[in-house]
Amino acid sequence: MSIDTAAAFDVTDYLRKQMMPHFLCPGCGHGMALRALLWAIHDLEIDKDALAVVSGIGCAGRLSAYIDANTFHVTHGRPIAYATGLALARPDLHVVVITGDGDCLAIGGNHLIHACRRNLKLTCLMLNNEVYGMTGGQVSPTTSQSRLTTTTPLGNAEPHFDACALATAAGAGFVGREVTRHVPKLKELIKAGLRHEGFAFIEILSDCTEIFGRKNEMGSSPEMMMRQKSELRPSAYRDTVDTPFRANDLPTGILARNDRPEYGAAYRSAAAAARNGAR
Amino acid sequence: MNVVSAMPAPAADVRLLSGNHACALAATAAGCRFFAGYPITPSSEIAERLSLELPKVDGVFVQMEDEIAAMAAVIGASMGGLKSMTATSGPGFSLKQENLGYAAGAEIPCVIVNVMRGGPSTGMPTRPSQADIMQARWGSHGDYPLIALAPASVREIYDETIRAFDLAELYRTPVVLLYDQVIAQLSETVALGAAHPRGRVERKWASGPAADYKPYAADGDAIPAMPLPGAGYRTHTTGLTHAEDGFPTQNPEAVTRNLSRLFSKLDGRRDAIDSWETIHCEDAEIVIVAIGISARAAMRAIEECRAKGVRAGLFRPVTLWPFPQAALREAAAKAKAVLVPEMNTGQLRLEVERVLAGAPVKGLNLFSGEAIAPAQIAASITALAKEVR
Ligand code: SF4
Repeated sequence: MSIDTAAAFDVTDYLRKQMMPHFLCPGCGHGMALRALLWAIHDLEIDKDALAVVSGIGCAGRLSAYIDANTFHVTHGRPIAYATGLALARPDLHVVVITGDGDCLAIGGNHLIHACRRNLKLTCLMLNNEVYGMTGGQVSPTTSQSRLTTTTPLGNAEPHFDACALATAAGAGFVGREVTRHVPKLKELIKAGLRHEGFAFIEILSDCTEIFGRKNEMGSSPEMMMRQKSELRPSAYRDTVDTPFRANDLPTGILARNDRPEYGAAYRSAAAAARNGAR
Repeated sequence: MNVVSAMPAPAADVRLLSGNHACALAATAAGCRFFAGYPITPSSEIAERLSLELPKVDGVFVQMEDEIAAMAAVIGASMGGLKSMTATSGPGFSLKQENLGYAAGAEIPCVIVNVMRGGPSTGMPTRPSQADIMQARWGSHGDYPLIALAPASVREIYDETIRAFDLAELYRTPVVLLYDQVIAQLSETVALGAAHPRGRVERKWASGPAADYKPYAADGDAIPAMPLPGAGYRTHTTGLTHAEDGFPTQNPEAVTRNLSRLFSKLDGRRDAIDSWETIHCEDAEIVIVAIGISARAAMRAIEECRAKGVRAGLFRPVTLWPFPQAALREAAAKAKAVLVPEMNTGQLRLEVERVLAGAPVKGLNLFSGEAIAPAQIAASITALAKEVR
């Protein structure tokens, strides 16, 4: 864990000050996720002009508007597909996707699995708060079992996705998970994802204090974080591969990694070879 | 305003091409450097041809996981600065409407080809139709303007594909190229070099100091200059209603101002956008209004009828949306009746009735998956002429 750059990092250098105050509820974990992303950008010295952030719809989707970069707030579930076009057109840009659990795994699930397979260089941050917060707290594909939401008044009876296992199975070159509580650790994970030459999927376990926490009587923001602390343990992925999602020991950190050829580079080199008469 | 410079006409390059292949070749000639698509009959030849052509010109072809993703990727690439396009048919056109609305609202140039096949739903994948005329105009939710072009021959597909890119880039709007399965897969000889207007248009890019720049503030021409990512503007693009600064707003004045400008952008340029062809309308007692292969059949029917002393003429919208209404009113001013042959239950007729309010308008509708034959149109002209004489 490196916190050595904390003193040199001023988050306001990377925020659009005219957009403040932000619209997130008090205690919402998304603010910490945003901070970790911007800190990672700072550490890697990525030029803001070369940074493109593409986000979907929902509370997570709104974060792009706060970032002082080239930002695109697109349609529900589609940020990975928009980012695919953008990154193929502009390999010179760092393209980051910010999406939520509903955006990424429900309406946008098809785009996620194919992005994992295609392996175009994109850094995808999925902010998992287990709920559709912006629309008022409906059940999502990651809502834990028996949780109360506005559309599961009797408790959620559907099993939930393990997004990282899904991304790994679909072939993502880089898969990681972290909690918002550990901002420096999260920052390091995002840095590793940004450096990865291929599709990087990072699940960030966030806290929807106002909608999900309140409905399930999980207490205030600090209490929600402490609960995460007791429910999660950092460990090697292989040790826990058979354990179900959110069953007291969810692994965090880098969970899968491979160095398959990056799609954009592979496409461009095949095209160049064809132009040079190799085919 | 941006410059349209005519390239010097190269020596005639005569080829036998299908409509879909002509579309693909025209796209690269127009400067298209990105195509994202999904396989669907009867438009797949456009994707197949571009998968071969685009790498030759340092462009990118990608087959996406679904129709929705293809439209999204096209918009993403266009936001990145490339002239971009997709092609599909009915079922895929339905799926594209979600992101097409985004392109209209956020003003991202792109070209969408819809090769019309029989519907509804999966319908008749290999059979022609003209039943997406209204969908092309009104397919996505909310109020938005767009341009749709309706070529009627392989040669015209080539020219109109180029014009589609020019219009999309100049006016920052999605442009739909709408044609039926018959001309999509019909092969005709086309002289590529000789006369086609090889217009090359460059999008109006933002220039000047970033501090003063507002991405949706338009000077007098109602077309905002677009920020190229990486050029230092660091703007926000959203599908939410936005103010001149690009950020979301629900301020009633700002919302009204932006949407009004969006419409005025095209409304104020009808002289440049409208296009149509008229044949023998000057003295016609019966004016036919038709597009695509139905217009081709009508041309034959008109010759036959004239030979028998029935004065018929053709009004053929080439720009379908916005509909060239002033031109139709003029062409049909002296007609006793109007006939609208189309491969659907009467979509074009609805628009013609609106434009010529009160005039006698008859439909000739075939939705069996067959093209309308010249003889069918000739018979309708003859019967209609008798009725109104
Ligand atoms: S609704 Fe939930 S996720 Fe959305 S801003 Fe509020 S606390 Fe955060």
